[in-house]
Amino acid sequence: MSLVLGASENSNNRKRPPSPWLNGIGTRLTAFWADSLITFKFIGEVLLSVSRLARGKTAMRGADLLWQLDQAGPRSVGIVCLVSGLVGVILAYMGAVQLQRFGAQSYIADLVTIGGVREVAALMTGVILSGRIGAAYAAQLGSMQANEEIDALRALGVDPIEHLVLPRVLAMLLVAPVLTAFAALVAMLCGWLVAVTIFGLAPLEYAWKSVHALTLPHVLIGLGKGTLYCLLVALAGCRQGLCSGRSAQAVGQAVTASVVQAMVWIVVAASITTVALQRLDW
Amino acid sequence: MPGTALEEAAPAQQHKTLVRVQGLKMAYGSHVVQRNLNFDILSSEVLAIIGASGCGKSTLLRHLIGLQAPTAGRICYGAEDLHAADEIALAQLRRRFGVSFQGGALWSSMSVGENVMLPLQMFTQLDAAAREQKAREKLALVGLADQFEAEPSSLSGGMKKRAAIARALALEPPLLYLDEPSAGLDPLTAAHLDELILQLREQGKTITLVTHELASIFAVADRVLFLDADAKTMTALDSPQALLDHGPEKVREFLRRGKPE
Repeated sequence: MSLVLGASENSNNRKRPPSPWLNGIGTRLTAFWADSLITFKFIGEVLLSVSRLARGKTAMRGADLLWQLDQAGPRSVGIVCLVSGLVGVILAYMGAVQLQRFGAQSYIADLVTIGGVREVAALMTGVILSGRIGAAYAAQLGSMQANEEIDALRALGVDPIEHLVLPRVLAMLLVAPVLTAFAALVAMLCGWLVAVTIFGLAPLEYAWKSVHALTLPHVLIGLGKGTLYCLLVALAGCRQGLCSGRSAQAVGQAVTASVVQAMVWIVVAASITTVALQRLDW
Repeated sequence: MPGTALEEAAPAQQHKTLVRVQGLKMAYGSHVVQRNLNFDILSSEVLAIIGASGCGKSTLLRHLIGLQAPTAGRICYGAEDLHAADEIALAQLRRRFGVSFQGGALWSSMSVGENVMLPLQMFTQLDAAAREQKAREKLALVGLADQFEAEPSSLSGGMKKRAAIARALALEPPLLYLDEPSAGLDPLTAAHLDELILQLREQGKTITLVTHELASIFAVADRVLFLDADAKTMTALDSPQALLDHGPEKVREFLRRGKPE
């Protein structure tokens, strides 16, 4: 009898639906995978449109590229310099306080220069542009999606990737090294100002140490990282905008998602490149 | 000749089939919107696609212009299946129709004139002066000659729809798809749009419009295709008057509410 009851219980257990939390994990994983597939497809389409551009067979208009360059470049210089300068101040101040404990505050120039040029300028440029440009890309393309403007392009046979995404991505690629260079320069200047005025370092000594610390690999790695982060920002903004829903709420969600995605991608890329380049002794 | 069957308006053999829809099934995942749709779009006719909200009118339009792929069935432009065409054939098929979306869908980053000129820039060899002249002609045709430099955001709803029609006409396609051209417009503006549609038909254009504005249907449509939301298929295809007189009860009830006295 107990065997029969036991078998019945086992049978009931088998029929029981999966627990809600397990179901939730499964649903989220499935959604994450579907989302990732959309992202990979989008990146693939962007690469294809770049190859068409290289072959001179693109629907991208030069005027659109110039407009995007203006939006992403000159109009971003002020905020990038302001934030990078302040981060340079923080870097110099915190670094000097710690180095002072070992009587090694003269190394503050090395810290600010290498840290600023190689890591901080690129990171700050990427973070600022994710809020200023990436979010704008998501909002613009999301609104176009909601207003059927993208459908109108597709119905005409114009590839929205070439017409809308390519100029934005190219603009970011072109302005990224310049903005990163500006950010690095301002961070170094602000670090110099802190070291000279607050910690009493000799201006020329600091400048000489800075120049001595600044090698070509540091500059190239910094500019390369800045370009990579800005590319990720542009891709995240365009991908979220283009795949947005057709309501005001959906556009808002696309903007939020673009900033979050850009931040996550930047941090992941920064971690990987930093560790990899240090391992390679570059 | 509004309100009369196309077959009565002209001998049937004068109207060739531009688009043939065969066994079309439209679905979002497992949710079937419409199935077993079979109809032709004939040259120089105004075909109105009607039905209750949510019955799949706009979805059908998106299938007809290639924005969504059918779950089953075919949409053929001549001998070419729209959804099986390769890239080159698809580009050629797209030159056969122009589309005006529900809200106009003018590209907001461009002026009205640039909106009309973009298709010309993309798909013709015309120089800038010729493009501008042609765009001005199209805008004049829809009564927006003085809005060439205007931003889309400064236009009223009716003007946006007219500008969208001008853009759809830019490449001189024989077939126009209009999604809800008079929805949300005041009666006078809607009547002007109806006049424009009739004027375009007289110029030889074929027009397929999605609408539930019954006054417009009786004013412009040669034939009406009724999509039934409950049956999930088309239940009538005839002239508005014929459907009103002896169509299925559901269609008659639908049309009776909009029949002008």
